[in-house]
Amino acid sequence: MKPLSGCILAVVLLTAGCKREQRLFDPGPNASQLASSVHATVVQAGGQPYQPASTTPYEQSAYAVAEGKRLYSAYNCAGCHGVGGGGAIGPALSDSVWIYGSSPDQIYATIVQGRGNGMPAFGGKVPDFQVRELAAYVRSLSGQLPSTIAPSRSDVMPVAKAEQARKQEHPGDENIQPIQHPESH
Amino acid sequence: MIALAILIAVPGFGSNQSSLNPVGPMAQRIEHTLALIFFITGAVYLLTMIAVGISVWRNRLVRDDFPPPLQTPPEQDRKAVTAVAGAMGVSVLLLFIMMVASFITSHAIGKENGRAPFEVDVYGHQWWWEVQYPQPEADKMVVTANEIHIPIGSLVRIHGTSTDVIHSFWAPNIHGKRDLLPGYENDFVIQADQPGRWRGQCAEFCGPQHAHMSFLMIAEPMDKFHSWMEAQAGTPPPPSTPQTQHGQQVFLSHACIMCHTIRGTVAGSRVGPDLTHVGSRDTIASGTLPNDPSHLAKWVLNAQQIKPGVRMPPNPMPQQELNDLVAYLESLR
Ligand code: HEC
Ligand code: HEC
Ligand SMILES: [Cu+2]
Repeated sequence: MKPLSGCILAVVLLTAGCKREQRLFDPGPNASQLASSVHATVVQAGGQPYQPASTTPYEQSAYAVAEGKRLYSAYNCAGCHGVGGGGAIGPALSDSVWIYGSSPDQIYATIVQGRGNGMPAFGGKVPDFQVRELAAYVRSLSGQLPSTIAPSRSDVMPVAKAEQARKQEHPGDENIQPIQHPESH
Repeated sequence: MIALAILIAVPGFGSNQSSLNPVGPMAQRIEHTLALIFFITGAVYLLTMIAVGISVWRNRLVRDDFPPPLQTPPEQDRKAVTAVAGAMGVSVLLLFIMMVASFITSHAIGKENGRAPFEVDVYGHQWWWEVQYPQPEADKMVVTANEIHIPIGSLVRIHGTSTDVIHSFWAPNIHGKRDLLPGYENDFVIQADQPGRWRGQCAEFCGPQHAHMSFLMIAEPMDKFHSWMEAQAGTPPPPSTPQTQHGQQVFLSHACIMCHTIRGTVAGSRVGPDLTHVGSRDTIASGTLPNDPSHLAKWVLNAQQIKPGVRMPPNPMPQQELNDLVAYLESLR
């Protein structure tokens, strides 16, 4: 009996240390307002110096990122950017090339304001917290989120690598490629 | 007889969500099989208990501390072997009877599959049911949610699938459970012979709001069914009062259009239920709330308080706008 009760005690003590992720179903009246606030972002032409992207609370919740993934197909982002973000009539979101910046705030601004060459504005149409969830998911497409947060499965037949398993792209230094010399005989 | 009397006397068994109150041929066959299995297993259980009781009674005076004889008389041995072998033979036979009975039931239900005059498409969503009645002309297609109207006495083919996880379609008065699987289409045929409102429920755990995922099978005479279909196929007239006109403006300028369809307006998304005739439904949110202005207002304002985790965000808005929006939704009949 001794070892058994010891085991039970150990399990109880160990599980007490586990933290259950809190799912925020109702993000409050502020975050539920229609997204319209436009954050000023610095968009520079040409190669910007690589800055480590800041993060948001939404990027620390696997639930929020999974919701972003669901909305990505519900709001048909997938129709223009491809199911895994591989790109179609809209640019790929899974690579290291960013036209308008890769930080959460810049992606937020892209979704809310729209962008000139065919990215529709979602501001005034979707609640603020959903844009944050979408932005968090967009960043998971290029491996910017930890694998404990990024989604691991799809409701549809997976055609692309799970977000969780993606290698992290480094926006800004994608041009550093070794130059290949043709071999001379 | 006594068991039957108990079955009938217990409330709930005759209700509108019970497989013991079948209202169609499929459910009837299932109930017959259920009764057969119940009475066979019930009888076996009773006999076993009686046998145990008798042997306990017979040996009630045998004292515990008496060591049992090491060797039983051969005659008693023989008796025991025959008894055990006989009981085993009877068990195998009874199991075989139950197996064949369930084969016959499945076969009889499956046989109807080829001959249903019309089809209803059911899509399971987390956590509601999308219902479509395909028509030869695309603009006559009827799309609704959570309420499936069917004509009585007629075979109806349900063409079921899921858009996310596995759900299970179960209206016990009409048919057994049928799983709705993502990426796979499951066809089965149902029939209801009694008019009524037969309640169904998702029978496969599908997430936090699984328990709030019910539906109504509304079985009605053919003429009533046809007039319902005609009304549903139409586009509602544009709002006529200033209040409902403003309500429409509120609908079109909020997030609603990202998820819902109202035919005749620019709202054409299919993430949530089609609201073209939402005012004609009896319940909202998959049978969770009655469809009246006060419940509708609470739902629209913050569905997360009613079904936490539901795929509809809170929609904070001033009271006046909410009232007009609800008046508009209720006018969509
Ligand atoms: C109608 C097609 C279309 C839809 C729908 C669409 N996009 Fe775009 N998106 C584009 C195009 C085209 C661009 C490039 C715009 C440009 O270069 O000015 C773009 C750009 C972007 C960018 C910026 C990429 C960069 O390199 O800076 C992001 C982020 C983005 N979209 C996310 C989304 C999200 C999230 C959604 C869904 C809520 C979405 N898009 C829906 C077409 C679309
Ligand atoms: C992000 C998507 C989304 C948005 C935005 C949204 N809804 Fe919904 N709505 C849903 C979903 C999903 C359901 C089904 C919920 C359930 O029953 O599980 C639903 C259900 C409903 C229902 C009940 C329908 C029925 O027959 O059961 C009504 C009414 C409704 N929504 C009205 C609105 C209104 C009004 C707005 C805008 C203020 C709105 N919705 C915004 C997704 C959305
Ligand atoms: Cu379920």
